Amino acid sequence: MAFTFAAFCYMLTLVLCASLIFFVIWHIIAFDELRTDFKNPIDQGNPARARERLKNIERICCLLRKVSRCPPSGCVGGRGALSPQLVVPEYSIHGLFCLMFLCAAEWVTLGLNIPLLFYHLWRYFHRPADGSEVMYDAVSIMNADILNYCQKESWCKLAFYLLSFFYYLYSMVYTLVSF
Amino acid sequence: MSAPAGSPHPAASARIPPKFGGAAASGPTASTDPSPAPHQQNGPAQNQMQVPSGYGIHQNYVSPSGHYSQGPGKMTSLPLDSQCDDYYSGLYTVPTQNVIPPSTTNQQPGAQQMYGRGPPAPHIVGSTPGSFQGAAPSASHLHTSASQSYSSFVNHYNSPAMYSTNSSVASQGFPSTCGHYAMSTVSNAVYPSASYPSLPAGDPYGQMFTSPNTPAIRPVKDHSFSGQKTAASHPSLLPPPPPSSQQHHQPQSLSGYNAVSWSPSGLPQANDSLIRNHAGSLNMSSSNPASIVADSSSYPVTQNVHSSKSSPVVSTGVSGVSSSRIPPTANHPVEPTASVTTQPSDLLQQKGMQYGEYVNNQASSAPTPLSSTSDDEEEEEEDEEAGVDSSSTTSSASPVPNSYDALEGGSYPDMLSSSTSSPAPEPAPDPDPATAPAPAVPQPSKLAKPFGYGYPILQPGYQNAAAPLSSGGQPSGQVYSGFQQYPQYPSVNQLSSSLGGLSLQSSPQPESLRPVNLTQERNILPTTPVWAPVPNLSLDLKKLNCSPDSFRCTLTNIPQTQALLNKAKLPLGLLLHPFRDLTQLPVITSNTIVRCRSCRTYINPFVSFIDQRRWKCNLCYRVNDVPEEFMYNPLTRSYGEPHKRPEVQNSTVEFIASSDYMLRPPQPAVYLFVLDVSHNAVEAGYLTILCQSLLENLDKLPGDSRTRIGFVTFDSTIHFYNLQEGLSQPQMLIVSDIDDVFLPTPDSLLVNLHESKELIKDLLNALPNMFTNTRETHSALGPALQAAFKLMSPTGGRVSVFQTQLPSLGAGLLQSREDPNQRSSTKVVQHLGPATDFYKKLALDCSGQQTAVDLFLLSSQYSDLASLACISKYSAGCIYYYPSFHYTHNPSQAEKLQKDLKRYLTRKIGFEAVMRIRCTKGLSMHTFHGNFFVRSTDLLSLANINPDAGFAVQLSIEESLTDTSLVCFQTALLYTSSKGERRIRVHTLCLPVVSSLADVYAGVDVQASICLLANMAVDRSVSSSLSDARDALVNAVVDSLSAYGSTVSNFQHSALIAPNSLKLFPLYVLALLKQKAFRTGTSTRLDDRVYAMCQIKSQPLVHLMKMIHPNLYRIDRLTDEGAIHVNDRVVPQPPLQKLSAEKLTREGAFLMDCGSVFYIWVGKGCENSFIEDVLGYPNFASVPQKMTHLPELDTLSSERTRSFITWLRDGRPLSPVLHVVKDESPAKTEFFQHLIEDRTEAAFSYYEFLLHVQQQICK
Repeated sequence: MAFTFAAFCYMLTLVLCASLIFFVIWHIIAFDELRTDFKNPIDQGNPARARERLKNIERICCLLRKVSRCPPSGCVGGRGALSPQLVVPEYSIHGLFCLMFLCAAEWVTLGLNIPLLFYHLWRYFHRPADGSEVMYDAVSIMNADILNYCQKESWCKLAFYLLSFFYYLYSMVYTLVSF
Repeated sequence: MSAPAGSPHPAASARIPPKFGGAAASGPTASTDPSPAPHQQNGPAQNQMQVPSGYGIHQNYVSPSGHYSQGPGKMTSLPLDSQCDDYYSGLYTVPTQNVIPPSTTNQQPGAQQMYGRGPPAPHIVGSTPGSFQGAAPSASHLHTSASQSYSSFVNHYNSPAMYSTNSSVASQGFPSTCGHYAMSTVSNAVYPSASYPSLPAGDPYGQMFTSPNTPAIRPVKDHSFSGQKTAASHPSLLPPPPPSSQQHHQPQSLSGYNAVSWSPSGLPQANDSLIRNHAGSLNMSSSNPASIVADSSSYPVTQNVHSSKSSPVVSTGVSGVSSSRIPPTANHPVEPTASVTTQPSDLLQQKGMQYGEYVNNQASSAPTPLSSTSDDEEEEEEDEEAGVDSSSTTSSASPVPNSYDALEGGSYPDMLSSSTSSPAPEPAPDPDPATAPAPAVPQPSKLAKPFGYGYPILQPGYQNAAAPLSSGGQPSGQVYSGFQQYPQYPSVNQLSSSLGGLSLQSSPQPESLRPVNLTQERNILPTTPVWAPVPNLSLDLKKLNCSPDSFRCTLTNIPQTQALLNKAKLPLGLLLHPFRDLTQLPVITSNTIVRCRSCRTYINPFVSFIDQRRWKCNLCYRVNDVPEEFMYNPLTRSYGEPHKRPEVQNSTVEFIASSDYMLRPPQPAVYLFVLDVSHNAVEAGYLTILCQSLLENLDKLPGDSRTRIGFVTFDSTIHFYNLQEGLSQPQMLIVSDIDDVFLPTPDSLLVNLHESKELIKDLLNALPNMFTNTRETHSALGPALQAAFKLMSPTGGRVSVFQTQLPSLGAGLLQSREDPNQRSSTKVVQHLGPATDFYKKLALDCSGQQTAVDLFLLSSQYSDLASLACISKYSAGCIYYYPSFHYTHNPSQAEKLQKDLKRYLTRKIGFEAVMRIRCTKGLSMHTFHGNFFVRSTDLLSLANINPDAGFAVQLSIEESLTDTSLVCFQTALLYTSSKGERRIRVHTLCLPVVSSLADVYAGVDVQASICLLANMAVDRSVSSSLSDARDALVNAVVDSLSAYGSTVSNFQHSALIAPNSLKLFPLYVLALLKQKAFRTGTSTRLDDRVYAMCQIKSQPLVHLMKMIHPNLYRIDRLTDEGAIHVNDRVVPQPPLQKLSAEKLTREGAFLMDCGSVFYIWVGKGCENSFIEDVLGYPNFASVPQKMTHLPELDTLSSERTRSFITWLRDGRPLSPVLHVVKDESPAKTEFFQHLIEDRTEAAFSYYEFLLHVQQQICK
């Protein structure tokens, strides 16, 4: 029984992992909200509805973006410049995991997380080529294939975080007990 | 009145007769019934008498009817009442008829007038000549016709509400009145049905619709009945007149009816014929009492009148059937009678006419005759459209009639009997007797559930109807009824497909599958234009299918599974041109737009009708009810033929949407022009051309009296123009704070076009010279757009932005990103995407406010179109680019701008539009291409829609389609027209499903595939890289050909084999690779490239194909061989030449049609005769370098050439600019770059490309 740095890492990651799970669930909900739309054409034809829908999509995409810069122009409604950003925190938290495991020399755990880390890096730097800071692009997010991709990504991540949560829990206990 | 009073007496005496009359009305039909016959005869006679005698009498009668209605309360007293009726009726009717009260007051004589006028007012008068009949027909018309007619009807009805009530009442009355009346009631029902639709308002009619609707079928019958009724009513009232003679008279008067005869025997016949017609429409089988009932209900109307007042109870009983508005019923009867009476001679004649028409129509199945009487514009349209249906109607009608006759006979007799039995309006008793003659009658009337009745009845009718249709196209028969009958259908499909080629060839393989050895075939390009392949459907479906110009699928045979599609390696997608200018478009006005309740699909020609009352959605397979209104076919004016409605006969229809489809009033047409007036712009001189065009087309701008217009100019500041009416001259307001733009006077910047026309003209005249001395070189486009957005936010509309340089100030400023040295780079082409998301976000905001931004970029330097284009891309605008524009130095661009502007300003426009694309369950859409904002996974938000916008959609197959043989796609475009109407344009495409790979290849639409691939390649080059996109294009060819080679063809890999349907695929892909958008190695300015990409994304297929693969013709030897005649002009049809220099001879002259540009290449050794006769110059050397017009010379060859060019131009929205290119002139590179089969320094020739593909396949 020893409280090593590795044990501390696991304890911290346990907490942070819960927050990651929360983020991912939020993503899933957001995409689901994007996907759901009323089939009622009467509603669709309503300009007010169009605006509302557009705002909604923009808002969700804005929340998902890594940098919080709301549309400066004619942006109606009081979306503050500091709306919560979910992507960057998620990526940075996950990066922190990897860094901590690296320091703690938990190679197996690090190995498990490395693929996702690379995926995040790729995702972060391989943005839409329009030079903007948009990660989830309001104009293309509604294309079914992109939306499907995003949803699948979220579900996979959720599964990964859940599994890793229990893995961290086990590992924490293991490291605490093993010395 | 006195006359009526007099009549009443007779009526009183005749009271019984009146009933008889009612019977008589039915009587003619009932003539079959011997016992009633006498009465009937009397009735008719009376009717006749009345008619002849004069409307006054009729009026009396009418009034009596009114009495009756009132009477109903006083059931027994009817006879007495009858006399009194005139007065009472008037009174009674008044009370009963809420709406019509005045009319009722008028009643008697007046009543008639009232009716004639009152109810339908114009309609009634015009159409109703035949009182009810007239009304009924009109109603039918209304149904068929657009809402207007409906509305009118509605009006009628409203007042008519009475009608509806009547009908309902009638039904109620029926019970009381009995079966006979039932007949009449039916007619009433018909009315209601007809009227109901129009009465969307939820008047009692609404109820009527819902339940009793079946009766609606009778409209036609009603007419006939009405005629009868009128007659009957008259007779009843008029009993006094000599029966026989009167009858004869009637016939005469009715002669129109059937000339056949009103003689006793004749009457029945006439009735029969009429009935048949009606029956045909109604499908009311004699067997079905229901039909009778319905009829009775109609009758009841008349009777109802009586009954209505007489006994609320009765009404209630009836009410079950109909809405229960007794009073209205009273009105109804009154109306008919009144109308009849009012215009006695006319009415009769009209009635006769109408009847006759009906008969003819029904008999001959010519739908239109009636239309003449009361058609609205819409109706006319429908009629035109419907014209086709006539044959079918007849056929359908014929079967029904028999039964119907029998029914009618029964009903009539019933009527008679009832009338006879109970002169008094006693409903209940009457029905019973009626039932006796016509067993079903009473019950049906009692049941009053039109639906129930309708079903059985309708079904038979329906089947009948269907049968004829099917007979027309053998498989089709199955199609209709049989969509559902999958087993059969597939077999048919398979048969046809396997027999394929549709027997074009004797060979077992269809023509489209004929293997073509690409490397051996030297002349791969056909000499005639390539047409879209026709889906392998039954003849009927083919006829119904959507035009390929508006709706195309890359695979006309849809593979059954995604696996099969993957095997074929072909793209699956749709190409849409939804708002195309159409010369013929069925416009439908109706209160209820019939749609699937679960997936909201609009009813279309490919749904299947399970029976008369239900249809099965062809996209989600849900079974839906057919609304009552839909049962009435406005085109044929028949009831019970939902499958013949225009919605079901046309795959492209336009609905006028009801107010349900708008939550705010439709927006007015609002146009805002945002003009760059910096030094650069003034130098280019576009303002002169723009203002000139605007001045010329100011009156042609689409819009109504609410049209608004505004102007904003900008350089480093933003200038607004106050054009408020009342100012002596336009006021210029300058806002120099571009960091925080505000509107100086928000109210007066967008002004009504008509009110401020003079000021606008002043401004347009002044604008070109206002900035001539400007030294401002900066351009604050971003702030100007923000201002425009603020200006347009309250209404939405169209913003037209003219920009001539890179925006250099304020938000959205851009830097030059192009490195000229990289223009011909073969490696990396950068900066295809936007440099900032400012424009994208602004575009989204605009889209949310229903504002579209159209961009006109007229610059001689790099302007970063890739960034600027976003403002139009996501707001559903359009993009025009005029490189090197200068009004004097570049006349061809100036001319192009002029022509484009003319088209742009005057073309149709739709505002605040959304487009939804649906497809059969199992298919799903992903990835849309075009200019829009994707608001939902199947919904495109289009702030504006214009006729030149095309869209593409990629599809995937999510679920196996094994359980269906057909798939359908439907696009619905909901928009506000420039006239402030909310409209929905619906296109439906139906395609067969196949299970074999060979069939998939047989159905490839190579042009559509290329266009879809081009769209995908644009996406790829922006998101990934240009070289990626190019590789993907080549791989598309390699994959599809190798897949074909390895799975379908029996040839070995030694040769490059393609199915005939795909033989142009490599050629077109090569053309794409050499297109400005995708070419490498050739110097291409970035803006040109980006513009080409924008065009690929937003152009409809027809234009895009010309852009990708131009047409080349030799024009120095045009002959009349194979020429076609267009508008008295002979248009020669030279064969297409392949795009290779080998086809160019120095001795010839060639025309290249690139869609937006025509080139005429004149060879060095071209005969002088051609140069002289066509170009107007003595020899080659004297032809100028820049020549953009052909002189109008009076020579044969000149005439031919010009007529050919004119013909080519006529087909497209933008009038292309003509360039005459001399061999040796520097401009010839422009021409030669389009010769895509030739080798260039950087690209393969066609043959080399084929070898490359073959190499890749063999790898």
